Amino acid sequence: MILQQLADGLVLGSIIALGAIGLTLTYAILRFANFAHGEFLTFGAYLALLALGQFQALSTTTFGPLSFGWPLLASLAVAILATGGLALLLDRLLFAKLGRAGVAIAVVMGSFGAALALRNLLFFAFGGEPQYYSRAIQIALPLLPRSVLGGVRVTPDQLAVLGITVLLVIAMHLFLSRATLGRAMRAVAHNPQLATVTGIDVAAVVRWTWIIGAGLAAVAGVFAGLTVQIRPTMGLDLLLPLFAAVILGGIGSPLGAVLGGLIVGVAESLAVPLVGAEYRAAVAFLLLILILLVRPTGLFGERG
Amino acid sequence: MSLLKVDQLVAGYEPGLPIVRGASIRVAPGEIVAVLGPNGAGKSTLIKAIAGLVRVESGEVRFRGQDLRRLPAHRLVRAGLAFVPQTENVFANLTIQENLELAGFFLGRRRCQERVRAMFELFPDLARQRALAAGRLSGGQRQMLAVARALLVEPGMIMLDEPSAGLSPRLVAEVFAKLAEVRAEGTTILMVEQNVKAALALADRAYVLTEGRERLSGSAAELRSHGDLASLFLGGAGR
Amino acid sequence: MMELLAGPLAYLVFFLVIALYYALITLGLNLQWGFTGLFNVGVAGFVLVGAYASAILTTPDDPGRIGGFGLPVPVGMVGAMLSAGLFALLVGIPALRLRHDYLAITTFGIAVTLQLVALNLQVLTGGPFGMNFVPRPLYDVLGGQNGWNLAYLLFVAALVLLVWWGLARLTTSPWGRVLRAIREDEAAAAAIGKHAFRFRLEAFVLGSMVMGLAGAVYAHFIGFIAPEDFLPILTFQVWAMLIVGGAGDHRGAIAGAVLVWAIWTGSGMLLDLFVPPEGKAQAAALQVAGIGVALCLVLLFRPTGLLGRRD
Repeated sequence: MILQQLADGLVLGSIIALGAIGLTLTYAILRFANFAHGEFLTFGAYLALLALGQFQALSTTTFGPLSFGWPLLASLAVAILATGGLALLLDRLLFAKLGRAGVAIAVVMGSFGAALALRNLLFFAFGGEPQYYSRAIQIALPLLPRSVLGGVRVTPDQLAVLGITVLLVIAMHLFLSRATLGRAMRAVAHNPQLATVTGIDVAAVVRWTWIIGAGLAAVAGVFAGLTVQIRPTMGLDLLLPLFAAVILGGIGSPLGAVLGGLIVGVAESLAVPLVGAEYRAAVAFLLLILILLVRPTGLFGERG
Repeated sequence: MSLLKVDQLVAGYEPGLPIVRGASIRVAPGEIVAVLGPNGAGKSTLIKAIAGLVRVESGEVRFRGQDLRRLPAHRLVRAGLAFVPQTENVFANLTIQENLELAGFFLGRRRCQERVRAMFELFPDLARQRALAAGRLSGGQRQMLAVARALLVEPGMIMLDEPSAGLSPRLVAEVFAKLAEVRAEGTTILMVEQNVKAALALADRAYVLTEGRERLSGSAAELRSHGDLASLFLGGAGR
Repeated sequence: MMELLAGPLAYLVFFLVIALYYALITLGLNLQWGFTGLFNVGVAGFVLVGAYASAILTTPDDPGRIGGFGLPVPVGMVGAMLSAGLFALLVGIPALRLRHDYLAITTFGIAVTLQLVALNLQVLTGGPFGMNFVPRPLYDVLGGQNGWNLAYLLFVAALVLLVWWGLARLTTSPWGRVLRAIREDEAAAAAIGKHAFRFRLEAFVLGSMVMGLAGAVYAHFIGFIAPEDFLPILTFQVWAMLIVGGAGDHRGAIAGAVLVWAIWTGSGMLLDLFVPPEGKAQAAALQVAGIGVALCLVLLFRPTGLLGRRD
């Protein structure tokens, strides 16, 4: 049983991790806790669903044992772009203006309002019923036999989610440590004024941060839709685990966010047999309080 | 012909509350010019306003004849004017090498690598620790890295905000010796300083700022022997 | 007299009681945000704790769950305040030492968690079906529904006045001036260090206790509570009330609560009239989205509130 929970936790954890990378980047670079980040996940998931309807008219083949094929990947690309666009639009209309007013908390509150509006608009547009990218039943493959600590069974889709997450995390790491834009993002996170002095166009870096953060959120949303279901409140339900992962990993540390996401995912999954599935969200809250008491800068954080 | 020409500059953090109130200075190519003055005279604000980091209300700032007020702050370094802030002047979360490479990102990869190597030759201490996070450097080394970061792009002029702040006399001497070397290579320097003695020993000319306006200017030698200097500082500090 | 209280007037009384319930919560949030700059995103959680605490203490014994203890209503209300204060300590101690948005995240977390507990801890809360038979004191003595509603309105109005008076005294006292100083200037707040933490914690706990009291007021008025009475939308409504009324002004907080609740119920009635039943859920979502947009607009164009201070 324990290995199975670990595996389920890692799948959930990789979704949280992808969402948390974007959240920690925008938190560090834009300097506010974006309560609308959860809705970026939801928006991405629904947009992919919309696009999928179009692409499936062209092709309905799937990759081997997976429930999806090119249409979903193309939809994922559309969702990434659209969610990035949504984030830019929100920044332009709301966050940038509130940020200039100089009251940091006004931006947080604005994001709270934007989250509510977005969530309810999605409910209005798509209704409250859960939806799925595919109705096909996936057969879980035994990775380890029952004799080994209860065994592990995972669906091909879950494996795909894990695999793509690993690739994306490696790509993000290389991007942030090697690419000029990635380094510029770290520089802006550390000190925007010095970044300006160094010749970095901070406004452009901020725009790219929104696009990358929201794009990763869209991926997380699509993955959550693929492995669980698509609902208007899916992002809201993930928001607390996302924040817990960000703070656990240390604000501004993408690798910390990944590790934090995996820890939160596994902890939630392991807690299910102890406290019941209905309390899994509370696990993220307890982790959050614990880390704030013990080490508020997080595991990899530099700043409080 | 001045390299930098500042005329009747009025600047501050809040509209209607100027800290720099009509300052005018000139810097000729190849010079080291110091801006001195008591605490609160507006020296730092002046240099930050030139660098585009503080709101300018009126006046003129021209570098090589180009109107800097029309240039976004991040474009200044590409126009040949580099700035070294007083504190927080390195990216603590990046390594020394990353700090330097980031500074030259607009030079193109090959040129940037060449310049990083040149800086490592000029600052051998930094070369030895290139993979170290800049946050773990000592105060003097940070200052050196900040100067190296500014010099990397081969600017026509560098501006330094209190390069001696927080350094021991021995380190001040080291940093200032490096600045003399830099000038010998042809880089013009404008610096704001509290440390009058060290600044006047290095500079060719200096301005003394009080209450946001230049009150006195002249060659370093003239100012060293000027009787009013001390009273200007005391008068300013006493307010 | 009693006939007059039926129909529209009865509805007005009901409306005002609920509006004043919101006013109480808004006064609590005003102390936290308006005077101390503490960003509480979990208002609904503290109201929930108050409502459930008072209900558990005062309901008659129920074999299906722990309690009720059948205690007098005033004891329930005190218990409501104490338990809301206790939860405020739980999040305040770790979060208030840190940058202000940590409080936003932890209060958000506790509201989510408390909602889960209310929904799932059946042995204490009755689960999704909530708790029935929350006592309505002197219900029969005061002539049942309409007469009692009117009496309860007077009681709640008196309570609002009392809380307003108390908070006004507190916020003009030296203690209140320190709060303002902390709010205006993080640097000054940092300079007094541990001291600032204590003041923040006091204001946070006190504000949450008022919210807990409001929860009890609600429970004993309706006589029935369920988790869905304390969803995140409640937090949002109260924030809208405070922002419309103008943070930092007790009178504005009360006026904002009444005004926003009037707009809310008014638009709800219009939806009821014009939207067919099958579209209700979606129309309600549109209503909430509208309020979200409206809050953003107020933040953008009238950051000191619609009714707020002119200073």
